[in-house]
Amino acid sequence: MEHIIYTGDKPVKEIFEVFSETLEELFHEDSSVVYIDADLMASMRTKDLWEKYPKNVFNTGIQEANMVGVAGGMNLTGLKPYIHSFAPFAVRRCFDQIYVTVGYAHKSVRIIGSEPGICATDNGGTHMTFEDMALMRTIPEACVIDISDAGMFRQLLKKTKDRRGVTYFRTPRRGLPDIYAPETVFEIGKGKILREGHDAAVIASGIMVSSALQAAELLHEEGIEVSVIDPVTVKPLDYDLIEMFARKTKAIVTVENHSITGGLGSAVAETVSERYPVPVERIGVYDRFGQVGNEAFLREQYLLTTEEIVNRVKNLVKRKNEI
Amino acid sequence: MNNKEIALFANDIRRNVVCAIGKKGGGHIGGSLSICDLLAVLYGEIMKYDPENPDWEERDYLVCSKGHAAPAIYSALALKGFFPMEWLEELNRPGTRLPGHSDRKVPGIDATTGSLGQGLSIACGIAHGLKVQGRGQSVFCITGDGENDEGQIWEAAAYAANYNLDNLIMFLDWNKKQIDGRNEDVMRLGDLAMKYRSFGWNSHRVNGHDVEEIRQTIYTAVRDKNGKPTMILLDTVKGAGISCIEQIENNHCIGLPEKLVKECLGELSLVQGICLKN
Repeated sequence: MEHIIYTGDKPVKEIFEVFSETLEELFHEDSSVVYIDADLMASMRTKDLWEKYPKNVFNTGIQEANMVGVAGGMNLTGLKPYIHSFAPFAVRRCFDQIYVTVGYAHKSVRIIGSEPGICATDNGGTHMTFEDMALMRTIPEACVIDISDAGMFRQLLKKTKDRRGVTYFRTPRRGLPDIYAPETVFEIGKGKILREGHDAAVIASGIMVSSALQAAELLHEEGIEVSVIDPVTVKPLDYDLIEMFARKTKAIVTVENHSITGGLGSAVAETVSERYPVPVERIGVYDRFGQVGNEAFLREQYLLTTEEIVNRVKNLVKRKNEI
Repeated sequence: MNNKEIALFANDIRRNVVCAIGKKGGGHIGGSLSICDLLAVLYGEIMKYDPENPDWEERDYLVCSKGHAAPAIYSALALKGFFPMEWLEELNRPGTRLPGHSDRKVPGIDATTGSLGQGLSIACGIAHGLKVQGRGQSVFCITGDGENDEGQIWEAAAYAANYNLDNLIMFLDWNKKQIDGRNEDVMRLGDLAMKYRSFGWNSHRVNGHDVEEIRQTIYTAVRDKNGKPTMILLDTVKGAGISCIEQIENNHCIGLPEKLVKECLGELSLVQGICLKN
């Protein structure tokens, strides 16, 4: 089990701070690392890097499709691109470019999609991606990471520097509470056990990991003990870990800031149904578009709340015991 | 190579395009034939490359953004020794080493293309990557006229000018036809040379089948760098060099039965050269 430091307090560092710091460290460690943005440096607070590192940082203007192609071309010359935009524009808008120019052509490009799902808040439905993980999961050899902690983001940005193919990070820019102890080691395809209990396993990713931890505590007070798992990478999924907890708890609940179609819930359900079928409940967005709202409002709207996790776990445990 | 040798090389590329597509029974012949003279100039005279070491770091790069013209590129590469001529016989067949659209896994191919509009962005990334690393070679890119309908082309056009990518030379194969008909009937793009100039590029219009004119224009663009990318509008004929193909109004992707193959080769055999055994 992991050593976690979750308190629910504000993080020591926001994601955007970690992003800038990590890029800067990468530029010093490896001069072939480049960062490209499509006119959202001000949003990601990276404009100072643009001025400071003219050989490593480039702005394409509002050209997400071109940005992907430029990244592919730069990689052919030996550079190692990290590209950023808001999640809908980084994925949905230029999916064919990602699929062909990066994926099919076996280039090495890291894509950072910020403010996924309800994190788009006031930008509303046009900016709200509930499908980005579903799309990216279908690209052969792609890696899909739903960031739940700043330390995880920092470490995996560095570890994927030379990874071939599409590597996709989805992350809010701020407000992600610290979960993991500083010494935690993250690896592609290795999930984390944050809590152990035999009644059910709650598998949550991204911003929903902290909600799952809160729910687990409330359930504990009611005498229900659940495991909490963070898959870290939704693709490749830690299949063995998922199977192990299906066997141990015989009841799985998935929680994601994403559509229940194609994302974490689908990936877990596919794995469980093939390896060790047990009841699976998927918490996420049900076949709906986004809308304007603050995070609390959107969590209520799309049932991404701690209460929803508690209720669904209770129902599932009851159902399991009736079988 | 002198101009006569380049013309013979172009003829050999055409013969192999016909043989390769003929073996498959059909394919993208029109737009392959329209760029054979350009390819003969590039591979015969202009570009630095090493068939023994296709990924040589000092090479000039070529992105064929109109990926469906791969048969012509593959023919040029085979003739220059990047891979055995026999590979051309398996063009676009199941399990092939030579997919019908340009594929990076083929020795000598720098970019995987075929989803139109993406190659110019890739070429921009190569050109920009070379510049920031202080590497002096050139990047060549071939786009189709129909391909210039794509919005991404114009994103890349703005990008190349903004970053002063004067190591980038883009050829626009103006053969005036696309799948659904003549450019003028499908999507009028107006004066493309002027459009690129207004985007901040140098632009030239040349006869795309005159090897001397193509060669001199490229030489000048490579030599006289002025901080701007260069676009060379190649005035071409779709199916060029083989009259029986030129005469087919819609010759973008056609069946090539044995009889037609023989007719094509008969016409091309008026000029002697090397060819895949038919």
